[in-house]
Order: sequence, then C-alpha cells, then structure tokens
Amino acid sequence: MSLYTRFPGGIHPHEGMNGKPVTAALPIEELRQPARVTIPLLQHIGAPAKALVKKGDSVKMGQKIGEAAGFVSAAVHSSVSGVVVDVQPCVLANGLQAECAIIDNDFKDEWVKRQPVKDPEKLDAKALSELAGEMGLVGLGGATFPYSVKLMPPRTKLDTLIVNGAECEPYLSADHQLMLSKAKEIVEGAKRMQVAFGIEKVYVGIEKNKPDAIELMTKLCEGDPSFIVAPVPVRYPQGGEKQLVYALTKRRVKTGGLPIDKGVLVVNVGSCYALYRAIYEGTPLIDRVVTVGGCVKRPANYLVRIGTPVQWLLDASEGLLPQARMMIYGGPMMGLAINRTDIPVTKGCSGITVLEKKLMPKPESSCIRCGRCITVCPMLLCPSDIDKAMRKSDFETAEKLGAMNCLECGACSWSCPAKRSLTQSCKTCKKVITEKRRQQRQREEAK
Amino acid sequence: MTDILIGAGTLTGIALVFGLLLMLVNKVFQVPTDPRRDAIREALPGANCGACGYAGCDALADAIASGDAPVDACPVGSTDLTRVIAEIIGAESPEEQAKRVATVICQGTVDKCREKFPYRGIQSCIAATIVNDGHKACKYACLGLGSCVEACKFDAITIDPRERIAKVDPEKCTGCGACIKVCPKDVLVMQPVELPVRVLCRAAEEGVLVSDNCKIGCIGCGLCHDNCKFDAITMKDHLPQFDYDKCVGCMMCAEVCPTGAIWGDFDHRKIAKIDPDACIGCTICKKTCQFEAISGERKNVHKILDACTGCGQCVAKCPKKCITLVVREHVRDANAKVGTTETVAAIPKTDAAKEE
Repeated sequence: MSLYTRFPGGIHPHEGMNGKPVTAALPIEELRQPARVTIPLLQHIGAPAKALVKKGDSVKMGQKIGEAAGFVSAAVHSSVSGVVVDVQPCVLANGLQAECAIIDNDFKDEWVKRQPVKDPEKLDAKALSELAGEMGLVGLGGATFPYSVKLMPPRTKLDTLIVNGAECEPYLSADHQLMLSKAKEIVEGAKRMQVAFGIEKVYVGIEKNKPDAIELMTKLCEGDPSFIVAPVPVRYPQGGEKQLVYALTKRRVKTGGLPIDKGVLVVNVGSCYALYRAIYEGTPLIDRVVTVGGCVKRPANYLVRIGTPVQWLLDASEGLLPQARMMIYGGPMMGLAINRTDIPVTKGCSGITVLEKKLMPKPESSCIRCGRCITVCPMLLCPSDIDKAMRKSDFETAEKLGAMNCLECGACSWSCPAKRSLTQSCKTCKKVITEKRRQQRQREEAK
Repeated sequence: MTDILIGAGTLTGIALVFGLLLMLVNKVFQVPTDPRRDAIREALPGANCGACGYAGCDALADAIASGDAPVDACPVGSTDLTRVIAEIIGAESPEEQAKRVATVICQGTVDKCREKFPYRGIQSCIAATIVNDGHKACKYACLGLGSCVEACKFDAITIDPRERIAKVDPEKCTGCGACIKVCPKDVLVMQPVELPVRVLCRAAEEGVLVSDNCKIGCIGCGLCHDNCKFDAITMKDHLPQFDYDKCVGCMMCAEVCPTGAIWGDFDHRKIAKIDPDACIGCTICKKTCQFEAISGERKNVHKILDACTGCGQCVAKCPKKCITLVVREHVRDANAKVGTTETVAAIPKTDAAKEE
C-alpha cells in the first residue's frame, strides 16, 4: 500500500523492446554536436518568438536569437556558436511549418557572456519569472508552458511545491537519469522556488520503479524537514500534473483550472535543473536530455543541443533495427508519430521512441460498449461517447461531455479492445472547440 | 343494443363539447400571422441548412417578412426564388448574379499526389489533420476523407474511393458554403459556376517542393502569365491570380500549363465563325486577332483557322457584325498557321494585296 492516494483511472502500459528497464540503466552521455542545428522559434505553447538574427549573422553559444513575442511566449537561444545560414520555415514534429533559425556550427563553443545571479537566496517570484523569461525556460515535461508565466507572482498563496519526477511514460528515462546525475542541482533549483514563493512543503514525486532515484533524493533531503520525497505508485499517467497533485495532496484541480488555483506549483525535474543553471550559471535553456529507445541498435540517454536533427540521434544510436516500424517523437503514449528524420529536437522533446511491428496500431472495429475507456480515464471522462459525438461532427455534445478536459494521455485508446482511436477523437474535438471559441471571442471583440 | 348506443352517444357528446371548446378557443385567442411569412416559408427550399445565418428556413422567413433580411438572403435559392419572394413582399428583385458554387481547388488524386504515410486513423479530414498535418505530402491537398461530404445537405459532393478527392456536382451545389466551413485544409472555395479557366492548386510553395509532392500541382513557372495576351494573370506566391474581368476565356493559360494545374472548360471552347455573305473583307478582324487565326486578304471573305481560341476579340471589332462564336467541334490545332491549310491556299491573291 502506498501512503499516497491513488488517482482514478490509469493503466499499466507494457514496454516493448528496449523499454524503460533497459533505458533506465543508461547514464546520460553528451551527444556529439551536429554540424548544423535548426532551432525553431516556436518551441513552446503560445506565440512564436520574434527572430533577432538574420542570414549571415554570427552567433555565440547561448545568444538570444528569438525574443518572446507577447505574454505567453518564450525566448529562444542559440545552442551552438557559428553562423546563421537562414531563418526560414521548416517542418516540425507536428507536421506543421514554423520559422526556424538554421545555424552552422563552428564547433568552438564560444559562450556569450553569462551572468549568474548575485544573490540567489534573495530571489523573489517576480525576479524568478523575469529570469525564466530571459533564459527561455519552459516546462520540460512535455507541455512546454513558458516559465515566465508560470512563475509569475500568484494571486493566491502557494503552500505546496511538487517536483515532478514521476516520468510515467514507457520507454523514457531522461528525467530518471537526470535525477541520478544532477540531484543536488534539482533540489537547489526547487529550494529557490520554495524561498521565492514562501512555500511550506515541497514534495518530490517519483514513481516507485525508480528506487535509486528515490534513495538518492531522500538522502539529499534528509536535513530539510520541508522536503518530502514521495514514492508514488507506478501507474500511467502518474506524471500528469492534476494526477500528481491529487495523489500527493488530495486536492482536485477543477475543470479548466490550474494547480496554482489550489495553491500548488508543479515543476518538472528537468525544469528545476534548468532553473538552477539559469540562476547559478546564467546558462539559458540550450540543451536537454533525450531518451532514444525502442528498436534502435544502441538505446541511450543523450544530452542533446536544442535543434539537433532526429537523424543525428539515430545515427549516434547506430541506426534502426530491422523490425522497426514507427518512429515517435516523445513517448509512445503521448508522443507524435513522425515520418521524417530532419525534424529538430525542441525543448519539449523528451525522447525518440521507435516501435516494432507487433506494437503497431491494429485496424479499428465497432465499439462493443465494454466501458474500459471510462474505467481508465484519469479525467473521469467518457471517451466512447466523445468519440461517438465527434464522428457525427456533433462538437457541442462533445464539449458538454467534457472533451476539453482530456489530457490526451492515450489511456483510452491503449485499453480499447476494439482498437478505436479514442484519443484522436478527443484531440480533434479539442482542436475544433478551441477554434470555435477563438472565433466567438473574435466576433465578440468585433462588436 | 342500448349499451352500444349509450357508449356511442356519450363519445359523440364529448366530441361535440370538445370540438366547440376548441373552436371557441381558436376564435378568442387567435394570433394574427403575416400571410406573407407563410408564403415565404412555403417558397424557401426547406433544408434548414443555416447558410443564411438564421436558425433555419422558418427563422429566415420571419426575418424576410419583417424586413430584417433582404429578399435574396437565401444563398441556396436560385434567382427564381428571389423573384418569388420579392413578389410576395412587394419589393423589387435585385439584379441577377451569376450562380456561385463550391469548387475543390485540388486535383491531387491518389495517383498524382504522394502520401507521407499510410493513414489508419479516423476517417474524417478534421481528425486526420491532427496527425502530422494530414497524410498527403502536399500540405494544401484535399485529404479526401469526406468531412465535406458529410456536411453537404444537398448531396452535391462525392468522393471516388479510387481517387480520394472531393468532387462537387455544380448542378446540385446550391452554394450554401457548409462544406467550406468544415474543410480543415481550405481547399473548397466559392466560385462562379461558369468560368472558362480555373487554377486548381493552392500550393503557395516553390516549384521544386510542389513537383516533388504532386504531379499536377502548380509549380509557379509563370508560363500562363507569359502567354496571357489580355494581361489577366498576375503571379503571387508562386501561384497565378486571375482577373476575371480581363479574362476573355481564350484558355491559352490552360493550354500552355505544363502540369495541368490550370483547368480549362475545353468542352465548351468557342470558335469564331464568319458569315460569308456579310463579310466585306475589311481585315479588321485579322488585325485584331492575337493568335494569327484569321486569314484572308482585303475585299475577300475571311476565314477562321483552327488556331482560333474563341477569345471573341474579332466579334467585338467586326464593323459588319458578321462574326459569331460557336462551340467548336474539334480540339484546337495551334499550329494551323496562315497558308498551311487548304482553305487558305484556295483564296486567290488579289491586286489589293499586291498594292500593299
């Protein structure tokens, strides 16, 4: 029995070849730099950054090449030193084109002048948010929400900070390995946030399948009573923000709300580490840990410069195995299937997963009304009904059924015995409803 | 026997009482309705498609009768309907406009447009676009999964499973625009039904990228622009833009297009015809013709060659009004130059020509 509450729903997805058991034991290795990086100006939720460089400019490592454009936006920095070849639209993992700065690497690794914060202990929320904005910090768990917004001084008092090291996605071990190698820095980063927001309790939520990380973190936090290392049950999607908040504090985040409304701040371990580096080194977010797992000859955890093409990672892993069938940008549950390997690694990419033939999606059949999707949905939705409404293009009903609450974890599609694409339905509904709301807002503004 | 009579009598009595009651209620509480409103409702198509912006045909009928909506508010109804409604409410019917229908601006069928990956998800275009922005290699292509077919209330859109691309039947299309609203790729646009030429590609990309993805896409070569003798085509974003006010329908652009991205209505292509009895041989038409498709010397009856594109410039210029345009029966032979066909050879040279 765990000390912590079990969130409703959830699944135990199986691992395929070279899954978590293999990748979890692989220490982080620094990946050789590519000769050319493609750095998208849109690597976060919100408005794309405004380019600050143009063709022919020479840039240094860590130089700001894109400025946050608007409130919800993040700065982008060069991950190598070299010359800007061009600023042009390139295809990203979602198949859409976005403006990218293409930089030729001169392999000199010349840093731009970095300025560590003078009094790290005295940082308040406002200064922290400004620093995060300057350093291009975004949530590294996958949602890539800009930290300049997340760390804004909140309206309500925060009393709990949750450091999210659950990493529930199969195959991925990037956060796990980061916790093993940079535990001290992660705790230090979390402490700065704790001080800035005046938070009483800090939970470090780690799934029980990472005993080494739990042990290390517990040892580090021994002296500080406000830090609690919480081994949470292994259950997908334990790493979901709302699920982790519920498991650790029993607080239910309301529909459409954020954990901040309930006095909780949830921060990914990778983001904690990035914040630490921003404070103590003045280093912007220019690299991240990426797990390459599945049907590759040599699975690994790489420290990758942002903008490195996927092909470069695959080459470093000595290529694909013959049974490889599908490449996924991210983890197998929430990642995006990609059809080309020139896509750059962005701030939100936690892994490259290559699935084998036997894990490929099967043809879908009719719904047998077994209700399994309802049992497993962590957001207490009824995916089968949302799917039914979506296929009739009845998006109003889908909205009433709460399609907007879906966190796209993929548990419903995974558990469906009829192999229906339920998550795709929910995603589609979310897209259409968001678009409808946007249009409505525009119409109201026009009036 | 009496039992039946009692039963029947009672029921008849009840029926009478209720009937009288209903009649009274109807008389006392009668709501006066606008007879014009009912007449308009009767005239409207009744599909409740909502294309007018109102909740349905009833709501539109109310709006027209009360003067909130114009008589031609129904985008589905033909000009006949507008006339009928105008008659009902005693207004003047507005000027007739050309019928507009939805047109699919893509010809990338399965054999022409490459697929990025085999798509196995939900068979709906909207759902397919969230998977890597659709399975067609060209990001502007019609996905052919039938979201528009589903949206069409008039059965005007079909998708051939072998071609996997939407086709609009201009006869059935009423121009309500429901398909345009649902299409996630914006491949459907409203266009007048009778256009001589159309660009059926929206790929605003460089030609190399387009030709890599699709065999029938516009590569932005600009040949149509160069060959247009009437200055009706401008190139923008690697795509030709037509100025239909200047376009005369010669279809040269469609003829020269190397990929076939420009569609021409060749079935209805015209050819000029000279009335030999009326022609006085003034050579004005010959001088006007930009395609060297008229032969003939001064004071001789002129001949139209097969090179004629049916642009109609000569028709406008002929002082005797002896040229008419008729639908041509054979495909145009662009090489039919002066002096190469028998008809031309038969024309005797005159003194007038020598003098010139």
